[in-house]
Amino acid sequence: MSAFALSPENAAKFQALLERYPEKSSLMLPSLWMVQYQEGWISPEAMQFLAKKLECSAMDVYSVASFYTMFNLKPVGKVHIQLCKTLSCMLRGSGAMQAHIENRLGIKPGQTTNDGKFTFSLVECLGSCGTAPCMSYNDDYVENLTIETLDTLIDKELSCK
Amino acid sequence: MQVKIVSKNFDIPLSHTLDVARANGRYQTLETLFSKSPDAIISEVEKSGLRGKGGGGALTGEKWRLIPSPSDKPTYLVVNADESEPGTFKDRQILEFDPHLLIEGIICSSYAIGAHHAYIYMRGEYVFWAKRVQEAIDEAYEAGILGTHVLGHDYALHVTLHRGGGAYICGEKTALLESLEGKRGHPRLKPKGKEPEWFFGCPTVVNNVETISSVPFIVREGFEAYRAYGTPESPGTMLFGISGHVEKPGVYELPYGTPMTKVIDELCGGILNGGKLKAVIPGGSSVHILRADEIENITLDYESVKAHGSSLGTGGMIVMDESVSIPHVMKNLFEFYHHESCGQCTPCREGTGWVDAILGKILDGKGTKKDLETILDVCDMLNGKTICVFAPSVAFIAQSYLKKFKEEFEALLK
Repeated sequence: MSAFALSPENAAKFQALLERYPEKSSLMLPSLWMVQYQEGWISPEAMQFLAKKLECSAMDVYSVASFYTMFNLKPVGKVHIQLCKTLSCMLRGSGAMQAHIENRLGIKPGQTTNDGKFTFSLVECLGSCGTAPCMSYNDDYVENLTIETLDTLIDKELSCK
Repeated sequence: MQVKIVSKNFDIPLSHTLDVARANGRYQTLETLFSKSPDAIISEVEKSGLRGKGGGGALTGEKWRLIPSPSDKPTYLVVNADESEPGTFKDRQILEFDPHLLIEGIICSSYAIGAHHAYIYMRGEYVFWAKRVQEAIDEAYEAGILGTHVLGHDYALHVTLHRGGGAYICGEKTALLESLEGKRGHPRLKPKGKEPEWFFGCPTVVNNVETISSVPFIVREGFEAYRAYGTPESPGTMLFGISGHVEKPGVYELPYGTPMTKVIDELCGGILNGGKLKAVIPGGSSVHILRADEIENITLDYESVKAHGSSLGTGGMIVMDESVSIPHVMKNLFEFYHHESCGQCTPCREGTGWVDAILGKILDGKGTKKDLETILDVCDMLNGKTICVFAPSVAFIAQSYLKKFKEEFEALLK
């Protein structure tokens, strides 16, 4: 099994966080976030590593990581498009946005393009109902989403080498 | 129509930065705060009638009184910033435009309940807002507003921001605490009597972002000033978020008791593209849907909305025009509930999926009358047989859709 380790910066962050909680186990979600930002996803090796750090079993880590939808248990594309599909966004046209994304990228929800640039997911309410439709483009919300905005973002990414 | 207590600074440029926040009144409450005893602060909040603004509407002062005093264990304040009820997008306005109001509220509330560490549990998707709040916390530490001596007073307070991982159920306070302890977000069994919440076995208060942000006004201006707005049972104001088919969706701070039609027609500019109103879900997706003819006399307070057969909930109103197919709306919401059921209780985990599947069948034109009966049977199975209120809410809303828009479902049957 290939080794996983937190970057020195994240290891220091982990140490600092220890002082902010009454028990070590609270560091579970913060640690999973650190791993995901570091690697893009949470591998079984990373879970083994965290289990040792948090003094629990790897299965405990997996149990938590698999509960929360934001943790990627397999690698995702360079850009992760997460389109909100819940009611307010549906009422304001998320269906048309979905069709356009699928058409432009040639993939269905849950899939990644062959060049590894895009992963497309449908997600539940992003809390952007007043500025619907909304998607999350990696960490950033794109609100009042239009076909034009989608094209601009996709074209920009496609033109990157 | 609008009253700006919590949203007072929202339109000021750079209102989220400490200098601008301070120039506009933030942290001025703290002198008054520390001149009073924690007990006096709780009394003030009790008398104000401040109700929780995360959906439940519980009395905040009553919740705070559940903390044992003195306590032989540390006490914690946990701020619920896990806003994820469909149709709800109000707390993020505070997080974005006035994070220092939230911190000021945290200081007031923590002092009242004797907490020296507060956690803000924020939904994982709110990355921008997490950065914004963390910057505000850092600024507050640097300025000595947080830390070992809050503004030089003999009171220590630390605030830690904690990001969730994308789970609707973590907005339920006990699931939130499980998650904060590093576990799956499974709601806990409710105790028989009234108790505080428990974070690692220590007494804890969990309050919504907007609730906490309402506290400084009450401490500074007194409970009567707060009660000058709203109704006797629902005093004060609330941030209402209106989305869906209106011309001007958005968040508006209104005194409780404002007529719903006035909000839709005047503040929100009426129905989108001159359309006709069909239905409103008044308080986040988990409350009963109301037909256009049911909302005429509703005012936006807990009692009025309840008397008209729904709940004020989170104040997140989803407005729908006549182009909307209610069976499609219900399917959309059941996909949500099926996905978001935490899976701990079998009736909820399975039942939400069954209803989702049956609705899919009906929308495909393959449904029969028997399927509608099966949905109601499943609702019986969902109601009252699970740990938290997720399943009963889902059962009730399913019943309300089938009852109020029966003909639309029947028209789809083969």
